[in-house]
Parts: sequence; C-alpha cells; structure tokens
Amino acid sequence: MQGERYSPRIQEHPILSFERGRKIKFFFDGREIEAYEGETITAALYAAGIRQLTESLKYRRPRGFFCAIGKCSSCLAQVDGVSNVKTCVTLVKEGMDVRSQKRKFSLLGSLVSAALKRGLFPSVGGHYKKLVGGPLVWPLARRAIKAMAGFGEFPEPNPTLGKFLPSETWEGDLVVIGGGPAGISAALYGAKLGLKVALVDENSRLGGQLVKQTHRFFGSKEYYAGTRGFEIGRILEKEAASYSNITVLLDTTVFGFYPGNILGAVQKIDFCKEKMVKLRAKRMVFATGAYERTLIFENNDLPGVMGAGGVQTLMNVQGIRPGKNGLIIGAGNVGLILAYQLLQAGVRVEAVIEAMPGVGGYFVHAAKIRRAGVPILTSHTILKALGKGSVEGAVVAKLDDKWNPLPGSEKELECDFICVAVGLHPSFELPYQAGCQLKYVPELGGMVPVHDQWMETSVPGIYIAGDTSGIEEASTAILGGRIAGLSAGLSLVKDREAEKLRSEFVKALEEFRDNPLSAKIREGKKKAQPR
Amino acid sequence: MGKGKEIVCFCEDVSKEEIVKAIKMGFKDLETLKRFTGISTGPCQGKSCLFQVMRILAQMEGKKMEEMATTTIRPPARPILIGALAEGETRAGEG
Repeated sequence: MQGERYSPRIQEHPILSFERGRKIKFFFDGREIEAYEGETITAALYAAGIRQLTESLKYRRPRGFFCAIGKCSSCLAQVDGVSNVKTCVTLVKEGMDVRSQKRKFSLLGSLVSAALKRGLFPSVGGHYKKLVGGPLVWPLARRAIKAMAGFGEFPEPNPTLGKFLPSETWEGDLVVIGGGPAGISAALYGAKLGLKVALVDENSRLGGQLVKQTHRFFGSKEYYAGTRGFEIGRILEKEAASYSNITVLLDTTVFGFYPGNILGAVQKIDFCKEKMVKLRAKRMVFATGAYERTLIFENNDLPGVMGAGGVQTLMNVQGIRPGKNGLIIGAGNVGLILAYQLLQAGVRVEAVIEAMPGVGGYFVHAAKIRRAGVPILTSHTILKALGKGSVEGAVVAKLDDKWNPLPGSEKELECDFICVAVGLHPSFELPYQAGCQLKYVPELGGMVPVHDQWMETSVPGIYIAGDTSGIEEASTAILGGRIAGLSAGLSLVKDREAEKLRSEFVKALEEFRDNPLSAKIREGKKKAQPR
Repeated sequence: MGKGKEIVCFCEDVSKEEIVKAIKMGFKDLETLKRFTGISTGPCQGKSCLFQVMRILAQMEGKKMEEMATTTIRPPARPILIGALAEGETRAGEG
C-alpha cells in the first residue's frame, strides 16, 4: 500500500468483490456526503471519516456504532424527519437528510451535564431522591431535566413518509425465525417433510452472519468443509429458494410471541413503509442467533470501539476499512479470524490481546496471524481507550494469576480502532416470551433455553437451533437446524426415513464435538438438557 | 481529564461506578436495580448491558451467575414503528 493514498473503501480484495451502486449524495447535519447506493448510512458516514453518530443521553459522550447489525443503540439518528432510525441497517438514498440526535444547546442543560460528569450531582437514581423535595428545588430541577432530556430536535412531519400497509396473516405448519445457517437448515428439513414453512429474517438477505465470513470451513465435505463462509450462505439461500413450500420473509422483524402460537412481526417494504405480519404456526423454530458481548473498560464507548462482528460487517459486507491500525481484544476464533480478515483488507493489526494465559481459538488461525507478524499478547487486558472524539490509542496491561493488572506493566499501544471480540450471548427474548425454561450455562455463552437432543425446548412444539441453543459454529448450527426442522416435521407427520436421518445428524453432531476443543460445549450441552 | 467512564448501559448512559453505588445503596436485585438506574430500559432493551449488570451484582453479592434470574422481557423485543401496528389493527377492524 506504500505510496497509495489511503482510501477507506476497499477497491481490491483477495477474496471478496464489492459491487458499488450509483454514486449519490446525502446530508449529515447539513454537510453534503458522498455515498454509493447499497451502502448503509453508517457505512457511508464512516467512509467519509465521520465516526460520531450521536451523543450519549446523560453525559453527552460521543458515540459511534458498535454492532452494525441493528442490535445495539449506538447509531440512532433522525432520518428524513423520523427519529431513532437505526442507521447501521438503513440504506442511504439520494438526498437523504440525516441528523445526529444531539440536543439543542441550552446553558442549563450543559451545566447539569457538566455537573454530572464531575460527579457533583447525585447521578444514579438521584432524580428519585434528591430533587423532588422542596418548593424551590423541583421546579428548577424539572427545567434542567427537560433541557437535558430527549433526543435532538422535535421532528417535523414528513408527508411523504409513513405509508403503512394493511396487516397480513400467514398461517402454516412451521415458522422459523432467523435465516442464518441454523434457520435455513431447519426450514429446508421441515420443507422436505412436506410442511408449509415460513422462514423469517430481519435482514434483506439470507445467510445470517455467514455473509461476512471469508475463511474456509473445517470438518467434513458433507458439511461444506473447504467452502468459504459467505459461499455457504449463498448455497443455503439458493436451496431455500428452490422449495415452493418455503415462504421467505425478508426485512421482517419478529417483535413478540403471543398466546395461541402467534408471532408479531413487522415487514419493511421501504424506508418507513412497513406492514405488520401475524404468523401463526403449529410448530416454531427459534434460530435467532446471538449478540456481541460488551467489555467494561475506561472509555469503552468511544467511537472506534466496535464489536468484532460490527467490524466484519463494515469491512466484508460494506467494503469499508474500519481504520488503518486496529487492536483486537480477545484471541478466541472470532478475534483471530478477524485479525486475518483485517490483513486481507489491507489493514494493519497492532496486536491481539487475550486475558487468558493461552489462545482460545484454533491453533491454525493463531499460527496464520503470527506468521503475518501480528503479536498475540496473552494474560493481557485493556485498561483504557485513548482519544478525543475517536480512538487514538489504548492502554493495555499484563494480568497476574488472579486477573488483576500488574502495576507497572501498563503500556500504550497505537491504534485508530478497537475490536471487542470477547464472545457472544445467545439471543433468548423470544423463547423467554414463549415460556421456555431458561438456564444460565457459561459453557454455552449465557442464558439458553433448556433443550433435548431433538432441539425441543420445555414448551412442546417449540424448537431452537444455532447460537440460540449455545454459542458454537456454523457447521454445528447447520446440523442443529436440520435436527430441529426434522423434529418439528416428525411431530406432525410420520416418516421412518426422516427419523433415521435425524438420528444420523445427532450422531454427526456428537462426532463433530468429539475433540478436546469441544469439551466445554459437551459439558454445556449436558447442563442444558431437561432433567 | 481524570478517570474516564466505564459504561455498562450504553442506551441510558449508566457507568459501572453508578451501578456499584446503587447496589451499595441496597438495590440488590435486578428488577429494582433496573428501575432505579434505568439499565436495560433503552432502545436495545438490555442486549448490551443486562449480563454485565448481572455479573457485577453476582460478584458483589457473592453469587454465581447460575443463581441469577433475568429481568422480564416484554414485547417488542426490537424497536419497531408503531404506525405499522396501528395501521394493521385499523384495517383488520374495517375488513
């Protein structure tokens, strides 16, 4: 890259190709920004060097995006007069008017914020205790709170928006929520048994998180070994499209489970053009995936501190480099693979740091990045992100055997972005609402629905698959999805062949986990079994 | 500049220090801690903070994570535009 002018948009990539749409212009806080059709608002802003998208509620700290897949709240902005739009999953359009939801300047508000920052005020829960008393304090406090609260300016009504469509009801045998490797597999195998299936995903294409994986998978050929992640996603997507008894509902967000086996969902047709879809089915598979864990350290909310998956989305889906030099926290498979993907995209990796005394991910991944000259600092932690308005560096330190930072071991590393790759947590909201028994199983990443080997939860007729049933990998998600889909089908129709097939998949899953690296998963799966 | 903040709840802007303070004040179960500090009540509905708070609470109370329960998670699980819901109901009633 010597001599070449730095451009955040990736032009050449050894594996991926980015087809950019028409060049367009939009506005951010009145400033004209260049973008390409097909990019998200967040990505286009990032490419233009804008990392701060909003400011925080109480302390007015600058905030940029973290997850890039619409799960966190760090990227909310006002778009064409509509407040709280998730800019990381909203595509940019010609002439769009995007405004950061900063509050209007008010002297009182600023004073209160400054007082809060310095701890001069009873901050947490203080409004319940300190301010309500006295005829003098409360009116003043109320004015101050009003000046501080709220997101940005009150939006003006936009008559061209808000075209909502009449609701629709879909009824059938099986609803699968989540179109990642587990969900598609469940839909496919339910459909093979002749069920009428709906496959629902909040994104505009199927494949889940496979769409941002460039590495080749391990395992056996039957389960796509040797094929790159994003290609597996495409293969599964095509297969799902070939079944006439699978209805694929994209851009559709399931927001709740209601009695009578009804799911409420909202389908996005266009920006602010949406319709409600009620889904009623005899059986359900929740394959809703996971969300990224956050990490607590000083200034962990500084723009440029991003989730590992967020960085992958920005880089491998949107084709935009997250920066010039990155620091990765966490040497599990996600952190290691991300380090390699950054190198592929022509981004330097300052270091990968890991709190454990050893590397958590596969040896081959670690060896690959070590060969490329990236140091992996084990028994290290991040103490602090440095920078004003955006990441400019980090302070890391060595940990003693009780996980405390060793005094004097602090050192400053240079970096312009930080990737938090400290693991995922299963998404469990829908199983929770459906009344599935949940259990905290650390080996599986957190709270998971209790489930048996057929992937059925404690609620008959509700199945789970993929990361929702425990954080693992795409290969096992595919197998788990197939088992869940077959189980759902077999509870409605009798089929000897399918029963045999399902047992084979259960066996294949056991074989896949029959290695020392999967010991944790095996332990976790035992704990998640119903008693 | 002093010590920077360690943010636990990004939506409601609640720091670790504040959560520790609230627990010391006596808000020792997740439901009241949630109501007092506002954690997990923002647009992400606890997806970023809930487990961090559970961990801090578990550590301070000498409990295991396995002993902790989550807060109640009501619909909508994701932020949605209320217009879609309203429109859906009106038309269904008319039809």
